[in-house]
Amino acid sequence: MANSLSDIKQAMLREIGAGSIEELFEQIPVAHRLKAPLKLPRQLKSEAELKRHLITTLSRNETCEKNLNFLGAGCWQHHVPAVVDEIVGRTEFLTSVWGSPQSDHGRNQAWFEYASQLGELLEMDVVQLPVYSWGCAAGHAIRMASRLTGRHEVLLPRLIDPERLSVIRNYCEPVEMRGHIDVVALGHDRKTGGLDLKELKARISNRTAAVYIESPSYLGQLEGRAAEIAAIARAAGAETIMGVDPVSLGVIRPPGDLGADIAVGPTQSLGVHMNCGGGVGGFIASRDEERYVRQYNGFLVSITGTSEPGEYGFSLSSSHQTSYGMREEGRDWTGNSVYLWAIANAVYMSLLGPEGFRELGELILQQAHYAARVLDRIKGVKILFPQGFFKEFVVNFDGTGKTVARVNKALARRGIFGGKDLSREFPELGQSALYCVTEAQTKEDIDRLAAALKEVTGK
Amino acid sequence: MSENRLRKFHAARWDEPVVMELGHPGRRGQTFPEADPAIRKAVGEAAKLIPAGLARKSPPKLPELSEPEVQRHYLHLSQETLGMMGISLFGTCTMKYNARLSEAIAQRPELAEVHPNQPEESLQGILEIIHSFDLILRELSGMDQFIFQAGGGADAAYTHCCITRAYHQAKGQLAQRDEIITSIQAHPCNAATAAAAGFKVVTLQLEENGYPSVAALKAAVSDRTAALLINNPDDMGIYNPDIKEWIRIVHEAGGLCFYDHANFNGVMGKLRARELGFDACMFMLHKTFGAPKGGGGPAVGAYGCSRELAPFLPAPVVALKDGRYRLDHDRPQSTGKIREYWGNVPQVLKAYAWARAMGAEGINEASDLSVLANNYMDEKLGRLRGLTRSNPGSKSWRMEMTRWGLGKLKEETGVGTVDVANRMADYGIDPYWMSHEPWVVPEPFTPEAGEMYSKEDLDEWIAVIAAIVDEAYADPKRVKTAPHAQPIHQIKGAALEDPQAWAMTWRAYRRKHGKGKAGG
Repeated sequence: MANSLSDIKQAMLREIGAGSIEELFEQIPVAHRLKAPLKLPRQLKSEAELKRHLITTLSRNETCEKNLNFLGAGCWQHHVPAVVDEIVGRTEFLTSVWGSPQSDHGRNQAWFEYASQLGELLEMDVVQLPVYSWGCAAGHAIRMASRLTGRHEVLLPRLIDPERLSVIRNYCEPVEMRGHIDVVALGHDRKTGGLDLKELKARISNRTAAVYIESPSYLGQLEGRAAEIAAIARAAGAETIMGVDPVSLGVIRPPGDLGADIAVGPTQSLGVHMNCGGGVGGFIASRDEERYVRQYNGFLVSITGTSEPGEYGFSLSSSHQTSYGMREEGRDWTGNSVYLWAIANAVYMSLLGPEGFRELGELILQQAHYAARVLDRIKGVKILFPQGFFKEFVVNFDGTGKTVARVNKALARRGIFGGKDLSREFPELGQSALYCVTEAQTKEDIDRLAAALKEVTGK
Repeated sequence: MSENRLRKFHAARWDEPVVMELGHPGRRGQTFPEADPAIRKAVGEAAKLIPAGLARKSPPKLPELSEPEVQRHYLHLSQETLGMMGISLFGTCTMKYNARLSEAIAQRPELAEVHPNQPEESLQGILEIIHSFDLILRELSGMDQFIFQAGGGADAAYTHCCITRAYHQAKGQLAQRDEIITSIQAHPCNAATAAAAGFKVVTLQLEENGYPSVAALKAAVSDRTAALLINNPDDMGIYNPDIKEWIRIVHEAGGLCFYDHANFNGVMGKLRARELGFDACMFMLHKTFGAPKGGGGPAVGAYGCSRELAPFLPAPVVALKDGRYRLDHDRPQSTGKIREYWGNVPQVLKAYAWARAMGAEGINEASDLSVLANNYMDEKLGRLRGLTRSNPGSKSWRMEMTRWGLGKLKEETGVGTVDVANRMADYGIDPYWMSHEPWVVPEPFTPEAGEMYSKEDLDEWIAVIAAIVDEAYADPKRVKTAPHAQPIHQIKGAALEDPQAWAMTWRAYRRKHGKGKAGG
């Protein structure tokens, strides 16, 4: 600390006419001061010592680089281009706090480019800076729909990530609260894993604020009847909120083309490392209609002009409606989120372009389906929804007589992280696990998994 | 640098096009291999694997660029970002050095390439760091358990509102306890998250001493009070000496007390939240604890609470048992998740590294230096024309930041706080923080020196303010048309609020404004 030298401290104290630093804390009553002195672990003063300590501790982690990883379920292993890491590591971006539209122009432009490129993938005209996660994005979107319609019920699939559902329930408030939104879970078509349309039609009413669907769903399935669902919702005066994984949109029809009113989803798949779950973020997007724009909770960055003709500037639009402008009267709340990752996303989308997203989407589809077919051939192993998925699929082990926990333990011993155990989350799926295959794996990896599973389940 | 020498600064001005305007059809920045022939043979064309009617009809209109073009474009944008390359005394955000070592460690595969659902045995390193840091925060606050799930300070306030619901629900009193009390000087997120959680917000106003009176609080509490959400000191640098009495009053009424420790830098090592009586508190790891801001995250609002509230925490909690770290998901009274997974783990690592590098003495000295620096700034700013310190009646030393007002300058010259902030950037100084809404002080600005910046830096910052004040009296137009040395000129604000003109994406811009350059 630059001013910790005693001559500097003395010079500063002299300048202000104080006798000691202690004197400066006069506002805090003595009875409020620390009762027992602060006891913290030993100071690691040198960088060398600290580095050694951190690396030694972290080396007790196993990684998805050294092991074969088939975990996904909301945090996915995708290739992160080196240029993305360089750009988000740039100190100007990393340490920027807020600035002004002029002083931090480059960052604001990068944010606008995040929204612009994601808007092209989604075919939607308004994209907000990301919120904390997919679940948080869904929560805000459901509250938007509730304010738009004046209704207090959301219909969503029962086969949803329990963590995401838990986040959504918190956003929808308990029954005692005045803003409570009923969360109604709908069943699925046993063959496709998609939403049960019969149940949707029976359940939707003039109380329904929104129908929330996902494609791909938590269990990996693409929603084949999304357009139909949106039409049913519209006929009932409800909003359609669609959760999508943007990495699929080079090959899959985007929510804007399927009739969704609001789109949400994850941003981690667009060039952010898994970071032990600390890479997640969530986007919210919609059509460019004032009624939607007026309900966004966070930061919308708009392009505008400057006093110099022909020059671009980028600044916040509609910021007064946020909690910064209106406190408790604002739309939900906003604050720091994952805005650095929005820049990672922007760089990633620029690098891939339309062809990159197409290639990537095709490769993932083929590899994931290959993996599903190979695993399905193992005795006692069954793929629950063998068609219509993107990068994740459900592998059932009931026929092997083994639990997922046991299978995964044995796989871990072989340097393989098996799919996420679903047996507690969805007991009706039996001993099932959610496997994820992306471009990060090769055919050899998949074959190695199959061989290991054969061995593990055959015993 | 001597006190009076000002930098002849000019920011990089690349006149950088929007990325959507760049590139050429067919150009590539990243390619992926074709699937292995055996895979293609086994599953066929990718198109056949997509359910009927779900194949994308036309490719997304993304730019088509080579890798070096992409790299150069974003490097230009980084250079057009001041981003704390100057002196940033951005109050309420506690600007400090973000150690490069922490960045380097966080990028290692032992953290970057780790999945949160891996077996616990394979996560022992990061779980140890999280748990060790939890213990450090417990020692700093007196709380009994911390979690890191909240994605920022506001999200931690929201966490508290959710825990407040769960706590009163367990007592069967939630329907009755529907009010949360805060003050007009507390961060807007306290009021906003309380409302979003379904509570009615009661906002106390400031009185002569700079904080609401005990009498006002007494009048506000009742059997409807669910919780108090409050910061202390506030952004004026005023510490509320009645806070223990406040907590007693709220507890007596059956409410919980949450300490928004956004302004911890001035009191760290000096007091403990739990010893004051608070039930819960929040630390911002991207502020006080040395993790970078990132322009607004990834951030962490570390939330800690008493043993009594711990059962209601969002799961999981990291626990140490028999020498092994584990994730405790089995929490039947939990309020549920605030966000998927366990938080922005790399930021927890960086905060832990900061705390270890500082140690107890370093942390204590950092608050010493922060408070010394702020009072040093106060003394020097007070000598400048047109500036007024908030709460002029309060003669005591201030804590780690002070709110100042340029109301007099504005009256006398027409130059206000936005103009001064814009002009500061011309000297390579990051624009300061003004104030949260509402502006209690006219034309406010809120510098916070922190412990990192040297006396020379502070002198330079003050010299820039002094120069701009002089300029405001001599040539106000020069200040009001600022900035003059930035990547772009003053933006036109009207279009931002006009539904016919605003454009949050390039596609919206093209639709509304055609292909031409930005309108106003």
